[in-house]
Amino acid sequence: MSQSSTDPRLLRAPPKRRLRLSWRDERVRGIVWQVLVVGVIGAIVWWLWSNTVHNLEVRRIATGFGFLSREAGLPIAESLIEYSPTDTYFRALLVGLLNTLKVAVVGIVLATILGTLIGIARLSRNWLLAKLAGIYVEVIRDLPLLLQLLFWYVVLQNLPGPRQALTPVEGIYLSNRGLKLPALVWEAAHGWALLAFLAGIVGTWLYRRWARARQMQDGQPRRVWPVALLLMAGLPVAVWWALGAPWVVDWPVLRGFNFRGGTTITPEYFALLLGLVLYTAGFIAEIVRAGILAVPQGQWEAAEALGLRPAQVLNRVVLPQALRVIVPPMTSQYLNLTKNSSLAVAIGYQDIVSIANTTLNQTGQAIEGIAIIMLVYLTISLSISLFMNWYNARIALVER
Amino acid sequence: MADTTTRIQLETAVARVPGEASAPRKPPVTATGFLGWLRANLFSSWINAAVTLVLLYLVVRWVIGFVEWGILNAVWSVPAGQTQACREVQGVGACWAVVTEKHRFILFGTYPYEEHWRPALVCALFIGLYVVSAMRRFWNWTLVPIWTVTLTVIGILMWGGVFGLPYVPQERWGGLPITLILATFGLAFAFPLAILVALGRRSQLPAIKAICVLYVELIRGVPLISLLFMASVMFPLFLPEGVNIDKLLRAQIAIILFAGAYLAEVVRGGLQALPKGQYEAAEALGLSYWQKTGLIILPQALRLVIPPLVNTFIGFFKDTSLVLIIGIFDLLTAGKTAIIEPAWQGFGVEVYIFVGFIYFLFCYAMSKYSQNLEAELNRHRRR
Amino acid sequence: MQPFGPILSRALGVAALGLALVVPDIARAQQAPAADTLGAVRSRGTLVCGVNTGLAGFGQPDAQGVWRGFDVDYCRAFATALFGDPNRVRFVPTTAQARFPALQSGEVDVLARNTTWTLSRDTSLGFDFTGINFYDGQGFMVKANLGVRSARELDGATICVQPGTTTEQNLADWARAHNINFRPVVIERLEEVVGAYLAGRCDAYTTDVSGLAATRSAQQRPDDHMILPDVISKEPLGPLVRQGDPRFADLMRWVHFLLVAAEEFGITQANVEQAAQQDQRPEVQRMLGRTGDLGRMLGVENDWAVKVIRAVGNYGEIFQRNLAPLGLQRGHNALWTEGGLQYAPPFR
Repeated sequence: MSQSSTDPRLLRAPPKRRLRLSWRDERVRGIVWQVLVVGVIGAIVWWLWSNTVHNLEVRRIATGFGFLSREAGLPIAESLIEYSPTDTYFRALLVGLLNTLKVAVVGIVLATILGTLIGIARLSRNWLLAKLAGIYVEVIRDLPLLLQLLFWYVVLQNLPGPRQALTPVEGIYLSNRGLKLPALVWEAAHGWALLAFLAGIVGTWLYRRWARARQMQDGQPRRVWPVALLLMAGLPVAVWWALGAPWVVDWPVLRGFNFRGGTTITPEYFALLLGLVLYTAGFIAEIVRAGILAVPQGQWEAAEALGLRPAQVLNRVVLPQALRVIVPPMTSQYLNLTKNSSLAVAIGYQDIVSIANTTLNQTGQAIEGIAIIMLVYLTISLSISLFMNWYNARIALVER
Repeated sequence: MADTTTRIQLETAVARVPGEASAPRKPPVTATGFLGWLRANLFSSWINAAVTLVLLYLVVRWVIGFVEWGILNAVWSVPAGQTQACREVQGVGACWAVVTEKHRFILFGTYPYEEHWRPALVCALFIGLYVVSAMRRFWNWTLVPIWTVTLTVIGILMWGGVFGLPYVPQERWGGLPITLILATFGLAFAFPLAILVALGRRSQLPAIKAICVLYVELIRGVPLISLLFMASVMFPLFLPEGVNIDKLLRAQIAIILFAGAYLAEVVRGGLQALPKGQYEAAEALGLSYWQKTGLIILPQALRLVIPPLVNTFIGFFKDTSLVLIIGIFDLLTAGKTAIIEPAWQGFGVEVYIFVGFIYFLFCYAMSKYSQNLEAELNRHRRR
Repeated sequence: MQPFGPILSRALGVAALGLALVVPDIARAQQAPAADTLGAVRSRGTLVCGVNTGLAGFGQPDAQGVWRGFDVDYCRAFATALFGDPNRVRFVPTTAQARFPALQSGEVDVLARNTTWTLSRDTSLGFDFTGINFYDGQGFMVKANLGVRSARELDGATICVQPGTTTEQNLADWARAHNINFRPVVIERLEEVVGAYLAGRCDAYTTDVSGLAATRSAQQRPDDHMILPDVISKEPLGPLVRQGDPRFADLMRWVHFLLVAAEEFGITQANVEQAAQQDQRPEVQRMLGRTGDLGRMLGVENDWAVKVIRAVGNYGEIFQRNLAPLGLQRGHNALWTEGGLQYAPPFR
């Protein structure tokens, strides 16, 4: 650190000194310290490890990951992939992992949107709006997340039963069994339309690059949005139309104990998502606010003086600068949200922690169970960090 | 975006004002005083006016609804265990009777009833300790005896067994004192650990640096709950046969390890923010590493990080509630246990509001303190 | 030093004090070879018994914080057999998840926490079950107004269940065997899963019938809830200890047999003193220590049986005191002489 910007002349290799075996030699001291610390930590780890091995043996606790291929026998309420209790522990854990990702990904997207809106609202000229946003941020950040989750779960449980479900719009039912929505019966045409939509995004992106490059040459700004609309909306609709425009909706119908058909958002998932999004949005709002405030007032004024439209001021001048301040702390909020999703276990949403927990309970193999939880979160954390670092590096390049 | 539009409009409006002001005219009534404030802050444009009205409507409606539910229609107390009155108003009015009846259980858990003055005094001592530590007048070595004495007294009060206080085993502690103990001791032990790790992470010695990086990143990469699970089900396997540590202490160790990694990053931020000249000057004086660190670097670096430190502490204070999941009797667990009794089932919202209010009081006070401190320290730096 | 003072001093002060607070805890941790549980318990002078965190009838603290229940009485019986004193026992409430690690690690000496005896728990978890003190089975409870009369009608229902128990696996097995589709709601904490059922989140709640009865009887209007007649599994519940000390396991086992045999012979809390003096049946005389030295063979005082029965009563009395108020019938738990399964080997 202290070497990085010193005079280059000082960076020449120092004269070779013989390593004297004396406490006054800095290198000797360094080596001694390291050996000492590594030795002590190594000894502690070895001690814990040998205790563990001994205990496992004495207590006849099975070890190893052999249980992964045994039949789990545990029912799981919601799953993104096909699952039945006859499947293996491995598949059950996979379902748990997907459930974690399901809540984390949706949560990150919603929390970013809500947090940004609240952060901007806090800077609004409208006194009432700014105050309310301020109160929201203060209150939400000063209450434990677990308490908020339990609170939302109780609130959702106190909704009326399925036979007296609230019906804000025909076909949508809100009851203590969750939110029932009509679902589209999935057919191949929808898959192709989705593919076309993805292709549309890529096409738009390419067009935008091309338009930018052309603008650099001839100074003519080109509108991107008509092309974007055509590619991202028109193309999928056309594909869907060409394949016969299938449109069968599965409406939820009350039959027996509960609704049949349609798709369900369970109270457990709903409470978890609500709690995570509202909580994290409070923190994101502060980050966004700090980011916008970090852009000097002169930048706003200069951009306005250039005659840029307000949207352009925000898009071209303020946001690129604010983002550089926003992205690093935002990364840690995304990580927090993902890690906090592990509180699902308290309200009965079966994420990876909940299922690993049940697994270790049934098999008695605590070490393996906790190792799985930690490994999964380390991997997710690392992936988010890498992605956000990449994104950060990308937006940092805008600086000239 | 609406903001900038309005600003441009306002400025053009100003430009159009006729310039032949011979005598200073009074500003129109609508531009000064309360009306002026209203106009500038709430009704500066059509969009703003609409937003204001909608929000006003929502706020008024919500406040009226809450007052009706929480005060007008609420039931404040019922004869012991007779919750009929509460059941009747369920949905339209709050049942604060659950709090009136159970507040001592929620605050102090299963601690022997006639000894409740002890945990109450402990909570007061903790609050006093926070207040004293927050005062700059005490930011010197006098804090050492203050902390030592207070925490000793807290220990004696909780355990008892001396001075004629009956002994209360740790299994019976609960409620707010547990939350305060977990958070305070967590910080107190994690802090020295964090300083060592932060220094280690900036060390030139590769092995030490690697160990510190590994520790910090491992802990920060996993949720606290997995560490608590580890403390609850895995930790007993680590110890030699026959030795086992109390459940509360195991959770405390997990919280210390967790807090240590996060605090280390805060401290590292302070170390990095220090101008390089300080390091070089200290080296030029011929100070050894420990002299340099203890006399020059840490005093300045730690001062820089006090506000984020308080914020991190707020985080831990809230996170201690996670011990609920491994069955330790903190404030939140006590609140949940209070509503197991069939007579009180279904009044979770009231209890959660009560418990939330306690957490809020602590966290809000700390966060206000940290904001003020930050402003003050920044002023100091600018000067 | 001025600015550095607060934090360092705080840290140092707390470190010193914390050490002072921690020391009693560490001092309490006992160093004892695991193999000799009996010796360890003896030298400590108290038995540490793992119980439920709160299940009416089995283990629950009352308003004064005193533990009451069927399993709790068994703990008291064990303590009496060991020390002659039913109060020399410490109760450690354990969650479903923490119960096995707690026993494995030696945090508790014996687990009397309505735990089902299964092969894998007996082998791969490293425990010894010391008998079956309660024959239970898994059932369902529904709200009476739901109109369901049999578990077979639960197709399509939402069912609340606690994870990590045999209950969860039995439910899955049963549903598969009877081709019933159900939606599980899986919540770990007992009060929360019951809360979810009561709030109407689930149509049915499944656990052992004894647990259902306990939950039902605790309600303000128990008649609003109905336990379905179907019992879908065998749940033999019993106390368990760590493997490795057969003498300790033997003692636990014979305490249970003593309680059952006492009921069979009609010896109760009230008449045990008298029976010890006057009863003429040879087996009773051996059991109560008037003749022979069966107690010493077990490694305890010869009058252990008298003390145990005087402290907690016989099996029937324990059942009557704790479980009958929940509305539980003896059923399989009647003595073998009355068509039940409770049977004790001879005291000889």
